[in-house]
Amino acid sequence: MADKLHFSLVSPAKELFSGDVDHVIAPGSEGEFGVLVNHAPFMTTLKNGVVRVLEGDTVAMRLFVRGGFADVTPAGLTILAEEAVDLSKVDAAKVSEDLEAARSKLLSEGKDSPHQGALQAQIDYLTDLKAAVVH
Amino acid sequence: MPSLKDLKNRIASVKSTRKITKAMQMVAAAKLKRAQDAASASRPYAQRMSAVVANLAGSMGEGSGGPKLLSGTGSEQTHLVIVLTAERGLCGGFNSYVVKEARRLIRELVGDGKTVKVLTVGKKGREQLKRDYAELFIGHVDLSEIRGNDYTDAGIGLGHDVTSRFDLGEFDVATLVYSQFKNVLSQVPVAQQLIPAKAPEDAETVDLQGAIYEYEPAQEEILEVLLPRYINTQIISAMLESSAGFYASQMTAMDNATRNAGDMIDNLSLQYNRARQAQITKELIEIISGAEAL
Repeated sequence: MADKLHFSLVSPAKELFSGDVDHVIAPGSEGEFGVLVNHAPFMTTLKNGVVRVLEGDTVAMRLFVRGGFADVTPAGLTILAEEAVDLSKVDAAKVSEDLEAARSKLLSEGKDSPHQGALQAQIDYLTDLKAAVVH
Repeated sequence: MPSLKDLKNRIASVKSTRKITKAMQMVAAAKLKRAQDAASASRPYAQRMSAVVANLAGSMGEGSGGPKLLSGTGSEQTHLVIVLTAERGLCGGFNSYVVKEARRLIRELVGDGKTVKVLTVGKKGREQLKRDYAELFIGHVDLSEIRGNDYTDAGIGLGHDVTSRFDLGEFDVATLVYSQFKNVLSQVPVAQQLIPAKAPEDAETVDLQGAIYEYEPAQEEILEVLLPRYINTQIISAMLESSAGFYASQMTAMDNATRNAGDMIDNLSLQYNRARQAQITKELIEIISGAEAL
């Protein structure tokens, strides 16, 4: 294939990936979608999930994103994630640990805590991340 | 005329001050490096975000309504001024410049008959503005708990606070005053409008080559979610720039202080040597004139 899709994934902390790839599959809030080169302009919100980057037919990279946006333009695909990690660099044990810590914190803070919403979101994120790592 | 002992004490004290300022300069230089790295790491996200917002806002068209965060409340009566300064001093004019810009803006708005509310971020700005504008304060964000350069939570927290105040109709326009990091030698205080959100003019807009954007979910819904995040992003990058600027400013200030201390030590040593020489001469004259008298 002569043409390749320019794909970049950025989170507020850093730019995780920027380069040319064949195919990207991302978890849109209204369903998973794939983007090839020369895709029509398209924009969607994302849910927590795995972004897969494909080279040919093989999955070259799996990245876990926590919410955000995908923007497809003639220039390429840009994913703006709230938080994103490369799944190959995630330690499953560490995630379980964090998840336990967040859960116990939520329990100890009680229902009226001002952080409750944030903690619940953190727990949801870690649960999804854990599921993604196991796969 | 200070005695020899006084001079000696002063030299010793200036020397230890120089040691402290030298150490602070080196600490600031190390922290500046990290703050700069963090600021530049967050830049791609902020840039893309601006581009996306610019695209969306552009395609929404003028006067087509859209979320209030973008189009405003239709009034400009109440202004919220967010003043972002550092938690600590010993950094030259860094905080004062930001405060000065904030004062100028507040005076201008009050002069135009607007209602002004002030939200301070960072202790130093609060201290300086308290004297004149204490009755305008509606809140304060403390950054002293933040370790490293992780401003994400603080930025999201502040952004959330600001947008919910906006939803409650507490103000119509929000402006963020902070110190923009140009380079190590210059930090420029700027006033940036946060709400209604304005896409920066220099944002790269993409030529769609005549194609029509598809949105999923609908455009308005995306904007509803996107705009608060855009505001958070702007706040976070302002915080990162401000922190990089603070360390740069502190480094420069401490460098000057170290040099001044060096000059002072030179002067004092000269004075000390002169005084010592004068005393020796005096003693010699006393001995000689004593011997002559015999």
